[in-house]
Amino acid sequence: MTVNAPAADTGTETPHLVETVPDRVAEVRRSRSHARRRGHLVLGGLLVAWLLAMVVRTLLGDFTITVPDFWRIVLGTGEVPGGAEFILLDSKLPRAVVGTLAGVALGASGATFQLMARNPLASPDVLGLTMGASAAAVFTLVILGGSGAAVTLAALVGSALVAVALLTLSASRPGSAPTRMILVGIALSAMLTSVVHWVLLRADIYRAHEAMVWLTGSLNGVTWRQIGLLGVVVALALPLLLATARELHLVELGDDLAAGVGAPPGIVRARALLLVVLLVAATTSVCGPIAFVAFLSGPIARRLLGGRASIGAAALVGAVIVVLADHAGAYAVPEVNLPVGVVTGVVGAPFLLWLLTRERSSS
Amino acid sequence: MTTSVLRAERLSLGYGEQTIVHDLDLTVPEGKVTAIVGPNGCGKSTLLRGLSRLLRPKDGRVMLGDRDVHRMPTKQVARSMALLPQHPVVPEGITVGELVARGRHPHHGLLRQWTREDDEVVAEALELTATTHLVSREVTELSGGQRQRVWIAMVLAQRTDLLLLDEPTSFLDIAHQVEVLDLVRDLSVDRGTTVVMVLHDLAMAARYADHLVAMRGGRVIAEGNPREVVTAETVCDVFGITCRVLWQEATGDLSVIPLGRHRPVGHVLGTAGTPRIAPELEVIR
Repeated sequence: MTVNAPAADTGTETPHLVETVPDRVAEVRRSRSHARRRGHLVLGGLLVAWLLAMVVRTLLGDFTITVPDFWRIVLGTGEVPGGAEFILLDSKLPRAVVGTLAGVALGASGATFQLMARNPLASPDVLGLTMGASAAAVFTLVILGGSGAAVTLAALVGSALVAVALLTLSASRPGSAPTRMILVGIALSAMLTSVVHWVLLRADIYRAHEAMVWLTGSLNGVTWRQIGLLGVVVALALPLLLATARELHLVELGDDLAAGVGAPPGIVRARALLLVVLLVAATTSVCGPIAFVAFLSGPIARRLLGGRASIGAAALVGAVIVVLADHAGAYAVPEVNLPVGVVTGVVGAPFLLWLLTRERSSS
Repeated sequence: MTTSVLRAERLSLGYGEQTIVHDLDLTVPEGKVTAIVGPNGCGKSTLLRGLSRLLRPKDGRVMLGDRDVHRMPTKQVARSMALLPQHPVVPEGITVGELVARGRHPHHGLLRQWTREDDEVVAEALELTATTHLVSREVTELSGGQRQRVWIAMVLAQRTDLLLLDEPTSFLDIAHQVEVLDLVRDLSVDRGTTVVMVLHDLAMAARYADHLVAMRGGRVIAEGNPREVVTAETVCDVFGITCRVLWQEATGDLSVIPLGRHRPVGHVLGTAGTPRIAPELEVIR
């Protein structure tokens, strides 16, 4: 009996231990997949919202195109009367596609900056990247008389120079990189704004007007070739940016922690900045600096996700904003075709204020 | 388990022109708890940053086993040693489970994605830090003590033989301090983890560390068994204060009583010729 007792004890103990451990593992798994579910739901919802925005942009307006007509035109399977084909292929569809690409590029760039700087209000437009692209592009357009590829290249060089300045000027002291990055960016942005003004003052009135229209940000008159260029850049840079998201989420926890867990913040930032430069420069050279989209997409995506930052969700938010803003600009005021940048500026500023007040009351 | 002794050789560290740690030699005893103590600004956190390769040495080197940490691939270092810095940023909208899972980063790559083993490691890290019940809570909702345990769980999920903690008990109340330090001891005793921590509190350091490193002005003043290091003289050398050090033979308890310019409140001057100490306490040195 006394010999049997301990044996019986271990007999009941051992299976108990084996049982509890997988149980806890299952709990961890359940918790993780539960946390992800909201993310998937939001992404799905945003995808639906984007599809609806595309339908609105391509089919509705002054001239309504039916769904069967849409497919007939796009697939070339039949004749559609009354200039519908021209309106769809030369205006509505290219604008919807470029709006999507620009929105995705700007939204993803903004969310990336917010993660990098650990500040929900950082973005390539606040930190001078967009201004760098604009200043170089306007300079090329007005002073050098260049166009097309030259302007794109200039935009790329302009924003790349700003990115290099951001990295070198903010990395001089440990621990303070994000704050310094924001201050350096604001200063650069102000300097570049004066460069743009100087260029515009030197230009003759016709060219200055042309440059001004471009500077408001517009999807008007975008060619399929330009769309192809932007499409290639987005297709290359966006997946790479999404791949760095995991490391950016470690930088979010602080530079020292990120370095300790194997994501050196300097390298992660440089890599992400390079991709953002490509996206911002390509977008700006095609449609000009569209106000507030990069700035707002991140915070809106965060709000939808309950506070968590997501580059993918911000990209979709950006696409929805640009496509809908372009539609509103084209049709909200009869007889007036407002550039998309005017609409995002007008709607964006109050929305930002609203976000700020909400942010304060919730924390 | 590979032998991965952490060693500083003639290490000088600093920021810009300023040198904070001077020509320092240190060998971290393997499988033991080492505590670095010293006054504010003595370079103890800087030393920890240097050891964990966050700071490139101005001179000398940090060796992990027979390799220079600054010449090792980042992720390989992160698989050998984990660091909990003083002020990690609490991310918004992230659950405890997800945060701890981020500690698995150095074990992942393009070809090596999340597996069941990762879930097991995360579950174990949560269990060790007694935070399993918090797994689905958002990190922002937690109290200070809970947060600190969750951060420790995250670095534990790195599954390293070496753990560097920068003031793991600051801003915690006494109960949570004890809880965190007990956990550190458990890790060292049960799993043979080598721990290096910077601590503010000398008594806590002496109680929980096998090996004490006392620093001042970027140099090691004394090093060794707490029992030998914590003396009135060393405390005076390191912190610049006069104090009484009491060791209780039977229990090994230590108290360091700082003697400032004031007497204890209510103490009558005339009777203070010799301090009255309870008979079971013995003053060493």
